[in-house]
Amino acid sequence: MLATWDRSIRPAGEARLVIGVLGALAVLGGTAAVARAGEQAAAAAPAVPVPARVDSGDTAWVLVSAALVMLMTPGLAFFYGGLVRRKNMLSVLMQCLMLLCLISLQWVVLGYSLSFAPGTGLIGGLKWLFLSGVGLEPNADYAATIPHQVFMMFQMMFAVITPALIIGAFAERMKFSSLCVFMLLWATFVYDPVAHWVWGVGGFLRQWGALDFAGGTVVHINAGMTALAAALVLGRRQGYPEGISPPHNLPFAVLGAALLWFGWFGFNAGSALGAGGLAGSAFTVTHIAAAAAGLTWALLDWLKHKKPTTLGMITGAVGGLVSITPASGYVTPAGAICIGIGAGLIPWVAVTYIKAALGYDDALDAFGVHGVGGIWGAIATGLFATKSVNPAGADGLFYGNPVLLWIQIKTVLITVVFSFVVGLVLLKLVQACMGLRVSEHEERVGLDLALHREAAYTVID
Amino acid sequence: MKYVIGIIQPDRLDEVLKRLTEEEINLVTVSNVLGRGRQKGVAQVYRSHKEQGSLLKKIKLEIAVNEAFVERTVKAITDGAHTGQIGDGKIFVLDLPECVRIRTGERGNEAIG
Repeated sequence: MLATWDRSIRPAGEARLVIGVLGALAVLGGTAAVARAGEQAAAAAPAVPVPARVDSGDTAWVLVSAALVMLMTPGLAFFYGGLVRRKNMLSVLMQCLMLLCLISLQWVVLGYSLSFAPGTGLIGGLKWLFLSGVGLEPNADYAATIPHQVFMMFQMMFAVITPALIIGAFAERMKFSSLCVFMLLWATFVYDPVAHWVWGVGGFLRQWGALDFAGGTVVHINAGMTALAAALVLGRRQGYPEGISPPHNLPFAVLGAALLWFGWFGFNAGSALGAGGLAGSAFTVTHIAAAAAGLTWALLDWLKHKKPTTLGMITGAVGGLVSITPASGYVTPAGAICIGIGAGLIPWVAVTYIKAALGYDDALDAFGVHGVGGIWGAIATGLFATKSVNPAGADGLFYGNPVLLWIQIKTVLITVVFSFVVGLVLLKLVQACMGLRVSEHEERVGLDLALHREAAYTVID
Repeated sequence: MKYVIGIIQPDRLDEVLKRLTEEEINLVTVSNVLGRGRQKGVAQVYRSHKEQGSLLKKIKLEIAVNEAFVERTVKAITDGAHTGQIGDGKIFVLDLPECVRIRTGERGNEAIG
């Protein structure tokens, strides 16, 4: 009876759904065609220097992108939170969200100025301390069609999520007070300089011609290398590796990864700093690389462990997003598939074999995914970049220009050494002044109760 | 009075409850528990790290009955939970010295049904 009813109703429902979807697609397609025609008209116009003038479309997209990137930090919190034990869930959420508070303020006070104000090749100046002079007029050096303040906010969200990525390395064992102090120092002495080198006017890597569209070097290699330093300085969790229980809530990790994937459209396509073809291209390759990498990791798990794992698939997808980040403004969809496959394979090897062989406890694979994936992405940019996607970029090795690959490798080496060494020094400094690790007792009890006097889950209603 | 504890596979719970109902045994306490027997655990894989799982999910039933119902209870649980595979579970029957119904204050055999 039920089956008959079901069969009779379904075609009509499906038809309505299909019509609705087709209608929506038609509207979207029409909008896209109009947009494309507009772009072509713009491209045909003679090249005259564009006066800095706020464009409402560009501004709207970057505002939305800033909000998307903001959402990535809570997304990361749930991605990481799902992977720790129940007793440490809140501590990870707290660490990520506290960085949203702390680093936002650091950015306003001095971070933005150190990163983007006119300065030397190594560090920005102090002209924009407390955002003085960062107003609603566009700054043509960075984005000629959006208010300077909107650019600053978009960049703020990057400055926030980068240190949050490091949390994965020392999860479940770091003192909260030391974390706050360390992260303020790290943002000031590691993130801000590297952001200036790569993106700031006069930054020396920018002048070399290094390509980093949305932060593969600044965000992922940078965080990943300090994460490795942190895993080494803090040491393993008690009982690692045999005595650590499995992830306490993989559905949260999947939710977090999905939010990261969603937010990454703002991260990469927003880095076009305008609502045009380049943003569309970055959006496309971002999604493709994530899909290719998620599939690759799942297949590798299937081959080696006989089963495709959920955690493997989402880890691969995040790895793909990491790796496409520097390349997202410069590569074709085919290039994105290659980068994605590499981003599934290389971090998988790092996590499966290298981490196990070396024995460090990078609890949530901040180095294995962001460091290794970031390095692959930066190098892959030197392979797959093409001016046919972005005339403001450069051709990579596969388009006949080996010079770019060499520049990318040098950039990676400099960032790897700088982030690891300065990260290590700052960790040692904080360790000497106030210690980094919670007591053995606090670690056993769990950081939620020991450090925050809270419990993530109650047993009784 | 006896206290019957049954440890069974989670997927057999519905069948066991059905058999208990058929035997007019309606009072039962059910919990999710972890345990292990000869079956050991199932290894899990997280980012290529193998967790040699040592504990398995089981369901624990607790039923207090008068003597006349003991064999019917044991049979209902056995029939409902039996598959012939390792891990079907165990039943323990304990002496129960006292029972109090909180609402009425009744004690012993009166209180148990």
